[in-house]
Amino acid sequence: MRELAAGLAGLVFGAGLLVSGMTNPDKVLGFLDLAGGWDPTLAFVMGGALGVNALAWAFMRRRGRPLLAAEFALPAASAIDAPLLAGSALFGVGWGLVGLCPGPALAGLLRGDAAIYLFVVALLAGTWLAQRRPYPLPAGVPSKR
Amino acid sequence: MIAESFTPWLGLAGGALIGLAAAGLMLANGRVAGVSGILGRSLAPTRGELAWRLAFLAGLPLGATLAKALFGDLNGFAITGRAPLLVAGGLLVGFGTSLGNGCTSGHGVCGLARGSKRSLAATLAFMAAGFATVFVARHVLGGG
Repeated sequence: MRELAAGLAGLVFGAGLLVSGMTNPDKVLGFLDLAGGWDPTLAFVMGGALGVNALAWAFMRRRGRPLLAAEFALPAASAIDAPLLAGSALFGVGWGLVGLCPGPALAGLLRGDAAIYLFVVALLAGTWLAQRRPYPLPAGVPSKR
Repeated sequence: MIAESFTPWLGLAGGALIGLAAAGLMLANGRVAGVSGILGRSLAPTRGELAWRLAFLAGLPLGATLAKALFGDLNGFAITGRAPLLVAGGLLVGFGTSLGNGCTSGHGVCGLARGSKRSLAATLAFMAAGFATVFVARHVLGGG
């Protein structure tokens, strides 16, 4: 049941990415290019997603628990620390170089485009490297388990 | 100057679908629909938590392909063909989202919807870095 629900959520998520235009790296770069011919679409995507999700969350948190699990598994970390900011900034640089973040990269895997394959292999390698970094982890950062 | 490619209604509609999917995963499974987190934890799986993650990840390309078949390739597709850029971009996105514990979906869509200050800080950081990177690439170096 949980697998079915997750698969369905992924399916709708992927459809949303295509409809919104976020699967097109050129369009994402158009949003990030404030000094060029700016394409504000991504702000509307965020607005639509946030509006629906925030409304749903307000309802769900009153409900207290999910349908198919014991509890809502929310991130424990709350500190705004160096790994959070440095990691997010590095992510932003990579995002700005190509115009792909993880969701749209995976959503593009069936296009048969070699550039997407190369990006996703590098994405996996980067994730793998971060999980194997030798320095101590702050609370809440996913590590090898 | 606003680009001609601006598509506010498709953006809102697609965004609403993304929000619906994130809300659905939280309501059903109690899990955050953060793509980088789900991907990263699939590489280092915990018992009993791998199957739903793989199902979610498989849904992304299937959903995009289905939507493309139903509605057409609404917004087109164009990506750089420069391999060094793709490799550097992928490495940075993978490493950064893992270190920063989230990406556009986990921090931007899910964290912000719960009012997380941590996610707000992360979102501001990756947005600022993205704007700066594109500015340098397109208007300083003139590559693009």
